[in-house]
Amino acid sequence: MDKKILLAHGNGGELMGSLISDLIVDIFGKESVQLDDSAIVSPGEGQLVFTTDTYTITPVFFEGGDIGKLAVNGTVNDLAVMGAEPKFLSCGLILEEGFEISSLKKILKSMKEAIDYAGVKIVTGDTKVVDKGSADKIFINTSGIGIMRGYSFRNRIIPGDKVIVNGTIGDHGISIMAERSKLSFSEGLSSDSQPLNRMLLSIGDKFGENVHFVRDATRGGVASVLNEVIAGKDFSIKLIEDKLPVKKEVTGVCEILGLDPLYSANEGKAILITSSENAENIVNEMKKFAEGEDAEVIGEVDTDFPGKVYIETYIKGKRILPPLQEDQLPRIC
Amino acid sequence: MEKDQLIKYSKILKDLKLKKPLNIMEVCGTHTVAFFHTGVKDIFPEELNLIDGPGCPVCVTANGYLDRAIEIEKKHKVVHATFGDMIKVPASYTSLQKIKSEGARVEIVYSPMDALEIAKKEKDKEVVFLSVGFETTIPTEAVTLKRAIEEGVENFSMLTGNKLTPPAVDALLTLGEVKIDGFILPGHVSIITGSDRWKFLGEKYAKPSVISGFEPKDLIMGTLRLVQLIEEGEIVTENLYREVVTEEGNSLALDFIEELYDVDDAKWRGIGVIPGSGLRLKDKFESFDAEKKFPVEMPEEVENKGCRCGEILRGLITPPECPLFGTVCTPREPVGACMVSFEGSCSAYYKYRK
Repeated sequence: MDKKILLAHGNGGELMGSLISDLIVDIFGKESVQLDDSAIVSPGEGQLVFTTDTYTITPVFFEGGDIGKLAVNGTVNDLAVMGAEPKFLSCGLILEEGFEISSLKKILKSMKEAIDYAGVKIVTGDTKVVDKGSADKIFINTSGIGIMRGYSFRNRIIPGDKVIVNGTIGDHGISIMAERSKLSFSEGLSSDSQPLNRMLLSIGDKFGENVHFVRDATRGGVASVLNEVIAGKDFSIKLIEDKLPVKKEVTGVCEILGLDPLYSANEGKAILITSSENAENIVNEMKKFAEGEDAEVIGEVDTDFPGKVYIETYIKGKRILPPLQEDQLPRIC
Repeated sequence: MEKDQLIKYSKILKDLKLKKPLNIMEVCGTHTVAFFHTGVKDIFPEELNLIDGPGCPVCVTANGYLDRAIEIEKKHKVVHATFGDMIKVPASYTSLQKIKSEGARVEIVYSPMDALEIAKKEKDKEVVFLSVGFETTIPTEAVTLKRAIEEGVENFSMLTGNKLTPPAVDALLTLGEVKIDGFILPGHVSIITGSDRWKFLGEKYAKPSVISGFEPKDLIMGTLRLVQLIEEGEIVTENLYREVVTEEGNSLALDFIEELYDVDDAKWRGIGVIPGSGLRLKDKFESFDAEKKFPVEMPEEVENKGCRCGEILRGLITPPECPLFGTVCTPREPVGACMVSFEGSCSAYYKYRK
């Protein structure tokens, strides 16, 4: 097989055929990928949940994962945070002419590992090749179908509710930022890309609608997700600085670059807002899963600053966590 | 400090009863942000007023500096390399971000060494590093320059807009526009300058001061101690950041700076020209001095209409007192430099005010 992706890999001819059958289908599994125009699936009983997301990232390979792993886990998590059980995924690839086939293979294998780990199947897909310079190496779109299990994670949030996160925050964003800026002290940093479906469904099955809200804290981080939640509402959300799980390596890079882990992307972290009386039990249930090992109640819903997210610092001072204005830029000193 | 002790002292600060209202100034932009970020400003007793000083390097860079950088790019088609927060500062007529979107090459770097690397890789381009910053960043800029000189990287130069902090504080006190009872002095700057460099505050102006770090405990203890010095009339510069700040400073860094630069007058946004507050490359290194290497005709320097950054930098008003604050001027569409920089007082108020 050729070492690099050629335009002919996308022209519908023989080369494209061999790319799909010898590489893509072979890796994803002949038994699950349907080569017809569409895939016919039977997801089971319950309301269908449908989502789509497109993934672009530089660098394509990074500490803790690659674009393929992100593309699977991201879509799996988008389904899971609704309270749905993810079932089937599609995989649309946009490849830049000249992209190494060995890299593509690595990415596909990592997608396969991720779908197996999450317990979903890729059933259909598409491949396009664009001229060199028209894309940055590889873009991936994954759409996903899941089914609801009789409860929803979109319920009424009320003052007194607790805010829970399943582990350390800012890992993905800060790790990528450190890698991009080639910081020499980025050791110990790694992306947290992981599927959350098993943990979230277990919590849903046990606690149902006592879970009032769940969202994965991707772009913009924890602070941005919470700002979306409270926009225009008559309650506020208080975070407690002392309770925020942050890796010391992440804190270190943040201090040097002037970044804030609360606004940095995560790829395997969900924010849960739950009823106060079940919060502790929910945290204990989360801790049974590797992805929830460091779960913690990090704040609560109150009415002190309606429509705003704020943080109570170590010394019990308060400050607002506003919506993100701009991309975080490294600062001077 | 143990956490329970920290809580104890923060309670003392919160409940502090002053003999009379006091104004204290934190000189440094990192302190400005730290006071907000840690919540220490939130627990200040009502009669203790914290005035933000001119210690944000991006904020005090006068429009003329950026105008020159922009003219140099226009005329000589250089590659500018700069720290991130400079690119959004509106200069007299445009900004680095705007000229970048129109095709100019403006690279964001994390360290001046990165700028030198660009020059070494792209020998057919002239790379200009926009060297702004205080005593904290000057040594790394000096080291970079020295390496460029030693390695003969002829397509590299710097546009020096570096500034020295103590002369600016001196100038503010000479102006005498705002009553300041005492100072919280910058920890990082003092690592380089040494604590003795601040003695003039006591000797010339009879103002007490403390040199402080940036952790919550440093901010709380620094504030408590400063209030005590003021109330007891003890005119000293007390070094509370002894782990890293010495009396004489970092002589290695200071020698380095002296080897490459001459002290010069410099123009500060809002304050004007302050004698002896800037640095200029020594004449023998003029081939690395972008100002000399790339002569340009300078347009007239104009201030952004309605922007009151100048008064904010002099401690005369707080950001919410500027009519543009939060309406016309926001971090997304900044009118003045103090809204651009992470360490700017307007940006801090905008972000953290309740």
